[in-house]
Amino acid sequence: MIPMIRPLGALALAALAALALSVALGSVTLPPEEILAALGGRGEALSRTLILELRLPRSLAAFAVGGLLAVAGALMQVLLRNPLADPYVLGLSGGASVGALLAMLAGFGSVLVSGSAFVGALVSTLLVFGLAHGHGGWTPARLLLTGVVVAAGWGAVITLMLAVSPAQRLPGMLYWLMGDLSHAGTPWPLLALLLLVCLLVVPLGRSLNVLARGPLQAAALGVAVRRLEWTLYLAASLLTAAAVTGAGSIGFVGLVVPHMLRLVLGNDQRLILPACALAGGTLLLLADTLARTLIAPEQLPVGVITALLGVPTFLFLLYRGQ
Amino acid sequence: MERMPTTPTPALEARDLVIDVPGRDDGRALDLCVAPGQVWGVLGPNGVGKTTLLHTLAGLRTPRRGEVRLDGRPLGALRRREVARRLGLVFQERHDGFPAAVRETALIGRHPYLSPWQLESAEDRRLAEAALERLDVAHLAERLVNTLSGGERQRLAIATVLTQAPALWLADEPTNHLDLHHQAAVMALLAEQAAEGRAVLMCLHDLNLAARWCDHLLLLYPDGEACWGPADAMLVPEALERLYGQRLATAWVDGAPVFVPAR
Repeated sequence: MIPMIRPLGALALAALAALALSVALGSVTLPPEEILAALGGRGEALSRTLILELRLPRSLAAFAVGGLLAVAGALMQVLLRNPLADPYVLGLSGGASVGALLAMLAGFGSVLVSGSAFVGALVSTLLVFGLAHGHGGWTPARLLLTGVVVAAGWGAVITLMLAVSPAQRLPGMLYWLMGDLSHAGTPWPLLALLLLVCLLVVPLGRSLNVLARGPLQAAALGVAVRRLEWTLYLAASLLTAAAVTGAGSIGFVGLVVPHMLRLVLGNDQRLILPACALAGGTLLLLADTLARTLIAPEQLPVGVITALLGVPTFLFLLYRGQ
Repeated sequence: MERMPTTPTPALEARDLVIDVPGRDDGRALDLCVAPGQVWGVLGPNGVGKTTLLHTLAGLRTPRRGEVRLDGRPLGALRRREVARRLGLVFQERHDGFPAAVRETALIGRHPYLSPWQLESAEDRRLAEAALERLDVAHLAERLVNTLSGGERQRLAIATVLTQAPALWLADEPTNHLDLHHQAAVMALLAEQAAEGRAVLMCLHDLNLAARWCDHLLLLYPDGEACWGPADAMLVPEALERLYGQRLATAWVDGAPVFVPAR
């Protein structure tokens, strides 16, 4: 237990620092005592609104979404035993995007767009699983291929929808597709889900370590493989659907955060999964802070920033690891 | 050698067992019992179903017919976790998409004994260390498994099952990739496990290792025939020549037959 406390403690401190930074920075600069007063529920009404109703909820939502995506990515990688898997590999973001774009085309508000994205993600999950299942059992390779092909299909539908959409709706649609936290809404359900999943998944960690060595080896060591794989699939899908619903499809976090952590911390899932929740959350929190401050008051799509931050970090770790 | 915990009366029983190899006829059903203290060797040419048989005996594949019983209870009625506490399997193939260190790999042998919230105890770690030591891979403990040679990985796989400490060992070509010394060491280890009251059943390609270390043999013929019994009765040159479709020359060393391919 002791060796796990240090890396997790360091990551938790980094997350807190990122949260402080994110709340302090913005298009309006507030002095620190003003921010502390607002957090304590005192101070001017304007800064209270700014801190408590705008910045803090958005920061917490960014943290939760990043954490959910990174944990979902780590679970998918173990489920498919493929290091290239990410939360979207099974076509989930495509389904969610089609749902969201349909709602936008119909002119619905952000709540219905989110709801429609969630339904799209679930439809895609069931579609891929049903098709991959076919007759008899599914294998990781078959699940992966089905997911990739379904994702390609969704991609074509998305392009088609963008091509026929009226010009004034396009910017909103493109922002959604690149990931956007400005409509994330209340962060508490996402944070609660992240906490819940960490509590549920950490005791599964050792079984996941065994599963990473192949299903037969896992079964020989007493793991109920089929049940575990179902759990992983459903959990990863639910997490991704929740994240996509909150913030659109933000790429990169789910693929790269688990790998970064594996390069530094090794392959013990009991450590990697909670570390993913913290590091994924921190990365997206920082990216979102940059996205809304770099050219304030305008905002950049956060997915662009995650990639711009993540690519050099990842390449550095990979290079150093050799 | 450290004493490993054992369960009292381990025995594997195949009753009217026909393994399921797609596109092949049933052949002769197996009715055999592997008792504590016995070392069984399974011999047969490539593709005859040795690995499938081993996986069926471990409950990882459903047989076409018949049943497998472990300690007198049908394998299908036991939970995987209970099976894993009694039966360990050395696989021929290994996957490591996410490679772990050698020590952690050996430690997963304790998985069947630990509850989800439990971490490995000092005793578990001691068992893993002892197993690594015994298989001559303790000096590699910090290395990642994907950096090991074939023989080192084979020894690690056996060390993992030794850490698991099952009362019944199933091993799929345990001497694969091993140099001559480590082949003998691994066979001696398995024989020692049997001598301590456990049971061993392994697939082998080397007739002479089988002749030297196994007390019972199961011969699987390509036409679906099978015969089994005490090793002395099975090691008949004519039967072995038919088994492999290869003429053999026989010599005698230490009062036991040694077989080499005839020219």
